[in-house]
This record gives sequence, structure tokens and C-alpha cells, in this order.
Amino acid sequence: MMPASLLLAGLCAFALVPPAAAQSDHAVHGSAPSAPAADEPVAMDHGDGGQMDMEPSTTCAPEHAAMGHCTPEATDAAEAPADPACPPEHAAMGHCAPAASTPTAASGAVGTDLPPGDSPAPPVPDDWYADRLYPEGEMEHSRHVMMQESGGLTTAFLSFSLAEYQARKGRDGYRWEAEGWYGGDINRITLKSKGEGAFGEAIESTETQLLYSRAVGPYFNLQAGVRQDAGHGPDRTYATVGFEGLAPYWFEVEGALFLSNKGDLSGRIEGYYDQRITQKLILQPMAEFNFAAQDAPEIGIGSGLSDMELGLRLRYEVVREFAPYVGFEWARKFGDTARFARAAGEDASGVSFVMGVRAWF
Amino acid sequence: MQIDRRQFIGAAAGGGAAAALAAWMPAWAQPVSPGFKAQLPTVSGDDITLRIARQTMRVEGKVARAIGINGTIPGPLIRLREGQRARLTVVNELDEDSSIHWHGLILPFQMDGVPGVSFPGIKPCSTFVYEFPVVQAGTYWYHSHSGLQEQLGHYGPIVIDPKDVDPIGYDREHVIVLSDHSRLSPEAIFRKLKVNPGHFNMQRQTLGGLLAGKDQSLKERVEWGAMRMDPTDIADVNGSTYTFLVNGHGPSDNWTALFAPGERVRLRIVNASAMSIFNVRVPGLRMTIVQADGLNVVPLPVDEFQIGVAETYDVIVTPVEDRAYSFVAEVNDRSGMARATLAPRAGMIAAVPPLRKRPLATMKDMGMGAMGGDAPCPAEHAAMRHCMPAADAGADHAAMGHGAGGMNHSMRDFDVAPQVKRDPSVQTISPMPVDRMGEPGQGLEDAQRKVMTYRDLVALDRNPDFRAPGRSLDIHLTGNMERFMWSFDGVKMSDHHEPIPFIEGERVRVNLINDSMMVHPIHLHGHFFELVTGKGDRAPRKHTVIVQPGGIATFDFTADALGDWAFHCHLLYHMHAGMMRVVSVRPKEDAA
Repeated sequence: MMPASLLLAGLCAFALVPPAAAQSDHAVHGSAPSAPAADEPVAMDHGDGGQMDMEPSTTCAPEHAAMGHCTPEATDAAEAPADPACPPEHAAMGHCAPAASTPTAASGAVGTDLPPGDSPAPPVPDDWYADRLYPEGEMEHSRHVMMQESGGLTTAFLSFSLAEYQARKGRDGYRWEAEGWYGGDINRITLKSKGEGAFGEAIESTETQLLYSRAVGPYFNLQAGVRQDAGHGPDRTYATVGFEGLAPYWFEVEGALFLSNKGDLSGRIEGYYDQRITQKLILQPMAEFNFAAQDAPEIGIGSGLSDMELGLRLRYEVVREFAPYVGFEWARKFGDTARFARAAGEDASGVSFVMGVRAWF
Repeated sequence: MQIDRRQFIGAAAGGGAAAALAAWMPAWAQPVSPGFKAQLPTVSGDDITLRIARQTMRVEGKVARAIGINGTIPGPLIRLREGQRARLTVVNELDEDSSIHWHGLILPFQMDGVPGVSFPGIKPCSTFVYEFPVVQAGTYWYHSHSGLQEQLGHYGPIVIDPKDVDPIGYDREHVIVLSDHSRLSPEAIFRKLKVNPGHFNMQRQTLGGLLAGKDQSLKERVEWGAMRMDPTDIADVNGSTYTFLVNGHGPSDNWTALFAPGERVRLRIVNASAMSIFNVRVPGLRMTIVQADGLNVVPLPVDEFQIGVAETYDVIVTPVEDRAYSFVAEVNDRSGMARATLAPRAGMIAAVPPLRKRPLATMKDMGMGAMGGDAPCPAEHAAMRHCMPAADAGADHAAMGHGAGGMNHSMRDFDVAPQVKRDPSVQTISPMPVDRMGEPGQGLEDAQRKVMTYRDLVALDRNPDFRAPGRSLDIHLTGNMERFMWSFDGVKMSDHHEPIPFIEGERVRVNLINDSMMVHPIHLHGHFFELVTGKGDRAPRKHTVIVQPGGIATFDFTADALGDWAFHCHLLYHMHAGMMRVVSVRPKEDAA
């Protein structure tokens, strides 16, 4: 590699320089090998530190030597210090202690071709260097801002995953599902709201959850808090713990356990999948299952699988933030839950045609 | 050396005409674009004043809010001479803190311009005087290091003329500052990324595409879905919101660089984008790369090259025909392009090639590089378990029970990277990352033309320090695309990530291991580093290096600049999400 590239370097040096300038330029190179700009050691103003000169100050670059512009004082191999990790000038400055020469150095490898040593890493400093030069208070403040602006900012978010009109047998109705959160990457306060009703009647049911949400992995949040229900029948308050996140195969899933103030235990699992038909047209199948550990006739819930809901919605993302949709929803109650419903004069299952908007802010 | 020696056109008025036309006519539909040649204002000398202020900018006829310097976007070209002492008085006329960082310049750390690291920043309506010796030559740039100001136009080019004769011969030069511009505020862009993963990606795989036989097969889609990985996730922010600019002009503004046929024209190309990695080409012309990140390299003729955010490349083109050429900088996910024209006269245009097909990420981009068997696996990486030499790969795979598909690798095995914090910000850990510095970048692998790779670069001058590194250091580039969290070793800057310590003068090998499926241009302040690409003491020296998805980039560097320095991903919103650390170089006596 090296001989080829050096030859290339030599040839290209001619190609680079315009003919008129070539002679004088190289005359400069030849007579004063240390003059070319990029060969110049980088002079650093170290402030309170001393001057440090890392580099050999004169070089007769191989391509110049090859062109007869100068004579290298020694070959690379001979020039290389016995311990490449610790050249004499650095040893003299106390930067390192020379070790025995390595076999690699003898093999002619140089620079970045050499393997690294195994020196220990220095300790992490316990102060900030800029505090030595600028007022510490100002630095402290700007450092705080810098860190906040590099990963520490909070976000607020509000979304309506469903906000729809439901056409069905009997009175048409409406339904919404919304979620808002505020917080950082790991810790958030989350508010969930859902509800439904029929036009011309009082709201049938609402459910509001106030949750602490914590990221527990790359894809999932653990959530805990309280849920308050209102609407038909007695109101209930629940303690809840659950999760939400992204499962393999791009399924958005959510699940929770609820313990009511009457001691009733219930659970829910739901999920959806976004199937992109085009960049803006998306078909979304969704499913929700509710379970209960015991019968709670006063709120119309029976034990076991109490109800399920399957939906299919086709939305068009006018922009990502705003997508009108149409679709179908099929809901069915099971077991005692179905029995309680029929006893109350309601259907145990039904189909709705839905149209609405999915939006977020 | 003056910028463009021949001042023979007064076509600046054409700029206004072009902008006016663009306002009511689709840019590409205009039968004749007048074109124009607008030079950046230049400031030079021993005492330069720069004023940072809010202003508006006009891109393709549309007015947008912006932050400019001395009234322009990009800011003025700062022209310095190696060996002079620079004195730059920066006046902050904003109602918020600001700063200017001199990207790539070797200077005392307290002049580096990073608030919270090198100085306290510049308060509203106040002035800071930067003073430092100019110890290098080449093409560099400057930009805000405060908040998200850079996205709004707070950037500009720096050209430093060598104190002696420039070894690069040329008849004329143009500065080309590439950038990205959105009508959304940078805060809004960041928020959308946070709350809606893949928000700006309008090139996802669809059912329509599957039925049309495009992109991945159903089997592959299912396999990738199982891993929750989207192969179309190439650029977080892209042409769906960005207009890509050349010197502040959109594609239809047709910024034009003039030449006389037969001239050697030097293009000083700076990628001042917030988020956009470009693939640059001039159809019909070969470009000879003569400088990378401001330092001379052995001339390398190429047809195309990828330029990461914050990198600079100087190329020589020699157009001999009396015709126009398109300068095309296509963004890496092919969602848009910056375009300019090289022409012998103002008002000319050349054919603009259509956007090419967007690339899809591969298994290699997920850090399964050694699986293919074609990837290089240097002994030192194998020893570090970064990859497996080809000869052993088969046997090892059999031993691990991996089938031919190789899909059983854990995508998040912390045993592979013990130093990485087990954190939600770590979505994946590359199981078998390989050195990808010999590759041209995503979507350029199959090009029939010569595309630059880092492995092609050879420094023109011998490296100033050619000692073996005394030690080596792994740094993992980690992230979570679903949460838009980005970090080093699983720790965000905001989690008070401790500095990376170095002793002044020590030489260290740094392995940047990309555990994400996104490309990261990593920038180290205050130093040049030598890429470890088998070039010995002629290693290309850079200040910013692209680390390809799921890959490794390795450099040696001499910690010769005392002080604390910023070290970060130069994708603005990745840094804003936490992908930053402080590098601390201390005198030996401090460490004792």
C-alpha cells in the first residue's frame, strides 16, 4: 500500500501545481523543507501551560525526496524512535516512559498502522477547565443550559386516536379516545380519556386515567395511577397498573389491571397495527379485550372475558397530524356480561359504521 | 487569491428575477431560468466584526424567519491568512444567548465557542471578542453552538489561505455552502421527531409497493418487522420538510458559479446542514478531491462523494466545454437535492438528473456486518470481538447454532458492549459491527462510477505525530429511533455524562462503534485526528468522521490541545437529544 500511494503522491504533486508556479514552488520546498505550510508544527497557545511541540520540525517528505528536491536525513525506519509509543522528546517532557521496542516497529509499520498499547486511561477530572478562566457562576449556568439542551428537554403531547361518529342500529352515537402526556424521555405524566354516548342522551360512560409513566425499555412504558369512571350506573374509582409500547411486528399494544374501590379486579388488553397502503392511506385493524375476575352486576360486568371489540379503520393522512377516517366496529359482550346487558334491554353485540378524525398536537 | 478573479457579470439583478418567477411558477417548469451569480460577502483582515441578528430570508420566493450574520445567510465568508492573528468581534443582537464555534480551527479551548464547555456564551445584546493565532490553512466553517440556531441560518464559511504557495493549483475558486432549510421552526421539528417516530419519512414501504414488487420481499418485511426496524429510515429529517440550499439558494434559484472553459476550478464545499448528508456529483465532470476537512490530500479523482454534516471537501473540476454543468448534492435518502449550475455565462442551465431511488438499510446497517463474509475484519477488531475473521465465521456460526439466515442474533446483547448502560435510549447493540471506512455510504455501494471512501484518502503531508497510540478506547454510538433518544454509551449529555479524560500529549486510538441503524457524523473539537485506514503516517486527518450505520470508524489522535472540548454527533437534533460529551485534555501533573 505505502509504496504505491507514495508514488501516487509524488506524481500528483506535479499535477496539482499550475505549470507556471511549479518551478518556484518546488524550489521553495527543496531549499527549505520545513517551510511548507502543512508541515508546520501546530503552535498552540496553551494559556497557562507551556508550549508543546509534538512534531518533528523538519521533514523531507518522501514525494519530494523522490523528485530529488531534498534528501531525507534518515529512512523512516531509522528515524522512528525505539519505542514508537514514547519518542525521546516526549519522554524528556515526562509524558511517558519508553518501553522496549516492539516487533511491529521493526517490521516497518508506522503511524496509524501500529497497534495500540495498553496504557491505562487517566482518571476523570473532577473540575471543569473553563472555570479557571471564566467566572464560575456564569460557567455553571451555561453548563446547566448546555446539558439541558442536550437530551434533557421536556415535551407535551396531546392526541385523539379516535374522535368519531358511530352509525348503528338504534340511536347513533359518538366516541372518543384521547391521550396526553408531559415529561422527558423516561418519566412522564400521562392523562388518558375515553368515552362514548348516544346523541340525545346523557353521556353513557367516560373513563379518565391519570398515570405516572416510566420508560422501562427501548419500546415499553410502565404506567401506574388512578382511573375514574362516570356515566350510567354507580361511579367507580380504580387503582391501575399497566404498560404500553411497541411489540415486535410493529403492533402498538397496551394493557392494564384495574382494582376498584369495591375490590373488583379487571383487566384490559388492546392493540392495533398500521398497514400503509400508500404513504398517506393507512388501514388500521384494532382489537380490545376486557376481562374481570368476578361478577359486578351493578356495573354490568361479568367474570371472565367480558367483552371484545374489533375495529377496522381506513384513514388518510392529509398531514401526519390530521387524518380523517372511515371504518367499521364490531363489539360483543360475553357470558354474564352479555346476560346483564340483555336483562337491561341492550344488545349483547352490534356493528357500527364509524367516521372520524385522528389528530395530534 | 481572490474569490473568482473575473468580475465580469453584473447579474445580481437576475437573482431577484429568479426569485420572483419562482414565486408563481414551479421552479423546474421555468423554460429559461435567468440564473445569477451572487457572491457571498467577504470579511477579512486583522479585525473582523460579526453581528448575529434575526432577519428574514427568501428561499425560492418564499420568505422565512431566520438568523443571519451581518445580514446574510449564510454569513459572510471569513477569509484569513495562515500565520495571522485573528480578532473576531461577535455582537449578539438576538434576545437570547448565542455563540460562534469555529469548526475545524485549532485554537485555545476558551476561544472554541461552545457555551457550557469552552466559555459561558454570548449574552443578548453583548459582545465577545475571539482572538487566536491562525495556525492552519484550508476550508472551514463557523456556526452557532447555542440551542438550535444553526438550523435557522447561523452559519458561514471560513477560508484560510496558506502562508506559502498553495500546493493546489487553480485558476478560480467558488465556495459552496450546502445547508437545509425548513419553514417549520427547529423546535417544532425536534418535537415532531420526539412524539412521532419517522415523522418526516414519506418514503416508507407500503402495501402498494409490495404488490408492485418494490422494495423488500414479504419475507424480509416480516423479518424486519420482528426486529421493529424500518429499512427506509435513512434520514430523520429530509426533503419532506427541507429545501436544500447552495449558498442560501434553493434548487430553482439556480445559484450559478462561473468558469471559463479550460480553467481549473476549485470548489470549496462545506456541508453546513443541520441534518442532511449529501451525495455530491457534477454529471459530465470528474471531480478531483484535493482537500478533506481543510487539509490537503493526495489528489483523488472521483465521480461522486458523500459529505457528512460538518465535513468539508475541496475539489478541482476542469470543464473544457463551453456549456453548463449541474452541481448536484442529493440528500442521502434521495428525498431532495441541492442544485447549482457551473456555467461559462450567467443564465445558463444544464439538465438536472432526477432523484435516484432511495436506498434501503441492510443487515450490515444493523451491525451484522460480518455476516456477509465480505467485510474486512482486521485482527485488532476480531480480538475485541467486533467481528469475526471470515475463515472462522462459518465454524463459529455453526457453534452458535445460527442458521444460514443469521437472523438469530440478539439485537440488544449488552455482553457485546459491557460499557454501554442498560437504558431505554439503547434500542440495539450491533452484534458484529465491522470497519466501514472502505465503503462509500448508503445507496452508493452499487454505483458504476468511482465514489470516494475514507480508505481512498491519503494525506499529502506526513502526519505530524506518527507514534503508536498508547491505548485504545471504544465509544459506542447509541440511540433509540422509536423514542428519538441519542447518546454515547447509552448515556445522554443531560444525564451529566462525565468527561472522557485524556492526558496532554498522549496518543489514543478511538473506535467509534455505531450501535444504531442511522449514520452519525462525529466531530471532535480542537483536534485533528488520523483515520486508521492502513495509510501509516499518511493517514487522512479530519475533524469530523462519518460512522456508517452498524459500522465502526477508527481514528488515532494526539490529545495536544489543553482544555475541555465538545465531542458530539453533528446531526443537530441528535446532539439536541443527548448525543454529546465533553473531552477533557489535562496536563500530566493534573492526573498524577
